[in-house]
Amino acid sequence: MTEEIIIAGFGGQGVLSMGKILAYSGIMQDQEVSWMPSYGPEMRGGTANVTVILSDNRISSPILFEYDTAIILNQQSMDKFEKSVKVGGTLLYDPNGIIHPPQRKDIKIYKVEAVEEAARMQSAKSFNMIVLGAFLKIKPIVKLENIIKGLKKSLPERHHHLIPMNEKAITRGMEIIEEVK
Amino acid sequence: MADIKEIMKPENLVYGKSKVLTDNVMSYCPGCTHGVVHKLIAEVIEEMDIQEKTIGICPVGCSVLAYNFLDIDWQQAAHGRAPAVATAVSRLKPEKIVFAYQGDGDLASIGTAEIIHACNRGENIVVIFINNGIYGMTGGQMAPTTLEGMPTSTSPYGRDIKLAGHPLRITELIAQLPGTTFVTRQSAHTPAAVRKCKKAIRKAFDNVEGKKGTSFIEVVSTCSSGWKLSPVKSNEWMVEHMFPFYKLGDLKDE
Amino acid sequence: MADYRLMKGNEVIAEAAIRYGCDGYFGYPITPQSEIMETLMLRKPWEETGMVVLQAESEIAAINMVYGGAACGKKVMTSSSSPGISLKQEGITYIAGAELPCLIVNVVRGGPGLGTIQPAQSDYFQAVKGGGHGDYRLIVLAPASVQEMNDFVGLGFDLAFKYRNPVMILSDGVIGQMMEKVQLGEFKPRWTNEQIIKMYGSWATTGKTPDRKHNIITSLELDSSRQEKFNHKLIEKYKVISENEVRFEEIACEDAEYLFIAYGSSSRICQKAIEIARAKGIKVGLLRPITLFPYPTKKIQSMLSKIKGILAVEMSAGQMVEDVRLAVEGKVPVQHFGRLGGMIPTPNEVVHALEEQIIKGK
Repeated sequence: MTEEIIIAGFGGQGVLSMGKILAYSGIMQDQEVSWMPSYGPEMRGGTANVTVILSDNRISSPILFEYDTAIILNQQSMDKFEKSVKVGGTLLYDPNGIIHPPQRKDIKIYKVEAVEEAARMQSAKSFNMIVLGAFLKIKPIVKLENIIKGLKKSLPERHHHLIPMNEKAITRGMEIIEEVK
Repeated sequence: MADIKEIMKPENLVYGKSKVLTDNVMSYCPGCTHGVVHKLIAEVIEEMDIQEKTIGICPVGCSVLAYNFLDIDWQQAAHGRAPAVATAVSRLKPEKIVFAYQGDGDLASIGTAEIIHACNRGENIVVIFINNGIYGMTGGQMAPTTLEGMPTSTSPYGRDIKLAGHPLRITELIAQLPGTTFVTRQSAHTPAAVRKCKKAIRKAFDNVEGKKGTSFIEVVSTCSSGWKLSPVKSNEWMVEHMFPFYKLGDLKDE
Repeated sequence: MADYRLMKGNEVIAEAAIRYGCDGYFGYPITPQSEIMETLMLRKPWEETGMVVLQAESEIAAINMVYGGAACGKKVMTSSSSPGISLKQEGITYIAGAELPCLIVNVVRGGPGLGTIQPAQSDYFQAVKGGGHGDYRLIVLAPASVQEMNDFVGLGFDLAFKYRNPVMILSDGVIGQMMEKVQLGEFKPRWTNEQIIKMYGSWATTGKTPDRKHNIITSLELDSSRQEKFNHKLIEKYKVISENEVRFEEIACEDAEYLFIAYGSSSRICQKAIEIARAKGIKVGLLRPITLFPYPTKKIQSMLSKIKGILAVEMSAGQMVEDVRLAVEGKVPVQHFGRLGGMIPTPNEVVHALEEQIIKGK
């Protein structure tokens, strides 16, 4: 199994940390992982993206130009990465702020209204975990228990009390994801 | 007439070469201040019994070969970088007494950043700064400390302030920095000056042993070859021209 | 299961240094490697192992602090990125000339000048052919993974002390910024002063004792004949290094008719390119030099009988390819493919270049 993912959105949306949790979860189930962010001034308030790869085998390139899955969280990233999804691949997006929804017919498209749901849960910070839950619903590449283990390893001890909230958000994301036909 | 062997008895000894000085013949020109200052450092090291504890950092310039003349462990630094080198030695070997020995081109021109920052950090080191207002080793070019109107090979009509800026009194600048504990300007042109200079060097080494931060000693010096004057005339010229601009005395003693 | 962590290449450099008993780190901030000093400052190793960490006033000061520490027989290092490494060159040639051991990390970005902060491999010549003035060589290690960032800190210090020679880890923005899983080394205690005197007291400035002559660390020799003798001594040392320390990795080379030669992050892209090319039926393998000096010249020569052509892939205008050509001596076609200025070649571009430049021979 190899899953090549791009997660792209605004800086501050938790794009990089979502990727980190996913990668840590991969380690928890003994997989090879890589996490390659865009870096530099473009990250200060602008767009942020990270390429995450989980694989049972040695990972070749940590930098990719086409992906099994694109998780897209703003319009700029939609413009940039919709075309980079492999034929037959998956695009998951949050329609919040998306003016031009994805048009491709040769990929599977899903949406998750994570911004709205996070507001409803009165927990804006749960946003990225709702998205992660939605992704795991369609691509169950890591087990929930390994996500929790990954969270425990990647979060400092003082934040461990937030883990139940994260778990709730992941579960919620799994419930509210919809396929776009 | 008494046999020479009758005279050469330990009880008759009134002066001797410090055992911290090697037997190598010094490469300095006649009248040069380096030799005197080397001797003073050697005597201080011997008196304090810190030969094993002392690490010297020598510069690029006439004193690049200082390591041949003092029998201690030495590092020869790149041009101007002695304070950075000394910083690391002092931090990594806090049990040692570290001194940097630099000339005016080395310290006040190419190495300005290194000396300012080492002093500002209050590195626990001694800095000996030989200021003769000229680049000696490369053949008498203008230094940052060359006086206005003073001819050198790169200011053959005398230093022109409009062209080359003002001579730099870096010691006054150094004295402003909170990291320095003792900043003084000395000379070594008379027996009295030599004794005073040695006291200052001793105080600086004591400060390092007491972990008091940076001690900085400028020695206003002559360069007979670069100035194209005899050693005696050089001293006279220094007293007349250098001392009014580079005023002797302690700038800071905390 | 081994204790794996998810860490950035840059963070791992810092952690590995602490664990390997490094005595001192001296640096100056520059993207994309600032995480190395940031991690050290956050970790406060001076409380744990006594390691000194100092933010210097410039790259120039930092490398000269390395000189001072190395001259004491201490395990010291610095890190920077391309423009900062250029500033350090004076210090590096002094270190090579004084035969001091130290570790220098270059997380390469695109140039020339201030260039870009994005990854590049355009400092190959500078790292491998000397960099500063005078005839000297660095031992150059090229990590291709976060794990190797960890491993090469220890290896780098070992080689540096074995040969009394500066070692450079030539990384780039990809390896520095990405996270992978990594297994960190065990903690090694820092050497005591007594150990240093025992191992390196013959040359290090540990303080002149009555039982030995004073030690002088210098690169100055005013006598030409003695300087020439010293130059020959260095050349001999580099020969010994070239005979004993060549490291490389072969991937999919058993049946290969064509060969990619690439180091660092380019070698990772080539691995993907191999997957694509082999799916098309092109038998291509990868030779990944791990040491860039010494270069795996003999290894390349030993492969030529089975190889029809070589594509050197590097994020530069063609630097390492010159060493490939020197090894190949015209026996098979050698071409270069690369992207510049912080652009990263895609695996498809690499395969296309192989097909067009080598297989079709355009």
